[in-house]
Amino acid sequence: METKKITLGTKLLGYQLDNPIIAASGTFGFGYEFAEYYDINILGSISLKGTTKEARYGNPLPRIAECPVGMINAIGLQNPGVERVRTEELSKLKRYYSKKVIANVGGHSFEEYVYVSSAFNDSESVLAVELNVSCPNVKGGGMVFGTDPEILGRLVKEVKKSCTKPLIVKLSPNVKDISEMALSAESNGADGISAINTLLGMRIDLKARKPVISVGKGGYSGKGIFPVALKMVNDIYKSVSIPVIGMGGISDSYDVIEMMMAGATCVMIGTENLINPYACKDIIEELPITMEKLQINNLSEIVGCV
Amino acid sequence: MKKEILKVQSNERLTDTIYEMKLSGCSSMLPGQFVELLIPGFSLRRPFSVAEYSKGIITIIYKVTGRGTEEMTAIKKNAKIDTLTGLGRGFSLSGSEHPLLIGGGIGIAPLIYLARVLYEREKSVKILLCGRCKNDLIKREELKKYGEVFYATDDGSCGFKGNALEAAQSLFKQTDHYYACGPMPMLKALAKNNNKGELSLEAHMGCGFGACMGCSIETTEGPKRVCKEGPVFLASELLF
Repeated sequence: METKKITLGTKLLGYQLDNPIIAASGTFGFGYEFAEYYDINILGSISLKGTTKEARYGNPLPRIAECPVGMINAIGLQNPGVERVRTEELSKLKRYYSKKVIANVGGHSFEEYVYVSSAFNDSESVLAVELNVSCPNVKGGGMVFGTDPEILGRLVKEVKKSCTKPLIVKLSPNVKDISEMALSAESNGADGISAINTLLGMRIDLKARKPVISVGKGGYSGKGIFPVALKMVNDIYKSVSIPVIGMGGISDSYDVIEMMMAGATCVMIGTENLINPYACKDIIEELPITMEKLQINNLSEIVGCV
Repeated sequence: MKKEILKVQSNERLTDTIYEMKLSGCSSMLPGQFVELLIPGFSLRRPFSVAEYSKGIITIIYKVTGRGTEEMTAIKKNAKIDTLTGLGRGFSLSGSEHPLLIGGGIGIAPLIYLARVLYEREKSVKILLCGRCKNDLIKREELKKYGEVFYATDDGSCGFKGNALEAAQSLFKQTDHYYACGPMPMLKALAKNNNKGELSLEAHMGCGFGACMGCSIETTEGPKRVCKEGPVFLASELLF
């Protein structure tokens, strides 16, 4: 039987994942919400909702606008603040999820990024910190750190001084050259790259003649961005030697394989979770079947094979 | 929440812009809860309150307001629709012996199922239907079966001439608990005047089941999600 040889196991930053499927930050809450729908222990890992130093309500409504092949969001990093995430949300998640998670960290200043990322140093269930330098939806921060390679380099260096967890830097596609950003992160100590975050976009309410999103613009995600994400992940893969977690519009097992062929060690599933709450489960179940069809026995053999 | 494939039983026009769709195959739905339909050709699901639920059949009353709902009017009988059912927290049902239901325009829809259930529990139900004109006051005959029905229209074409808050004043004196659904300005006016009630809110949603934080509102207990902790909230907990 061919199927017996198929293995989904994937190594990420020295940690063995059962499969390369990770729920993307901002589309999976703090994880336990989805435990109502299926056993989330099947997931490779979960990247938690972006966390800041203080609690944030986020932007006024509407924060969501539909697009033909995706959506625009401008949530604005709503979260209960790092203290509550570390104590309450992580322990709540532990009741449903026995594996390690990725803590996603947002910020408005060097100090905030440093503070929040090192707040997880003693959290046993955190496998890595994902630095969100690419959120387009917060004023005076977020994406600013992810669009200038020199500022990004300084930020990564600062964070690495106090954050003891492996550091993943989540990059914005809203830059001239994403490889340059990845190189800057790598040369300043980043342990991995995740890409891509959302593309800037807007929609207009034709009757009201004003933007649908309260703050005018937001981040475009979903199936429509897949080819853009694929190309950028491939660019990053060719420029750096640290692992790349690929994301952007992945909606099925074929997309997962394509993203891995472009250079992703693991993938994150985002917007598709919002349309199909069982998306990650469906993908994990389909993956071995698709691998068999394509005669892939081991996922590591296809990473960056393109 | 359940992901179910529902089958369209009927999809008919009620007024110029309002349609009624019945779908079968729904396993659970409480008054005030909502469903999310995935309309072919669109990326995100669309949330709809449920106007009636019986023997696995849900009724949705929808107003054509944009391209999505326009497309819905063309859906034929027997079409299969990928749907998330039993979403959100609905109305409390044990609040009062003399409940008052206030519906504004298309917001009348979720009150129909609620009115029937309260009537079956032998509550003395009063229902106030509000709209711009008589045409907005849908399902008047059906609602008469469940309680005493009052009307208010902006143009005076049916019942009291004036808005919901003005019309509700005398009815508020006869109830200790009200349920309301309708446009935000109406809900806001009602809640500011009388906080002994429950309001069903509407919001643009990303997911509809609590994952994306796209529909969070501020409450006295911090942010809550319209899709998960709502869509029904206590008038006293909302910060308008």
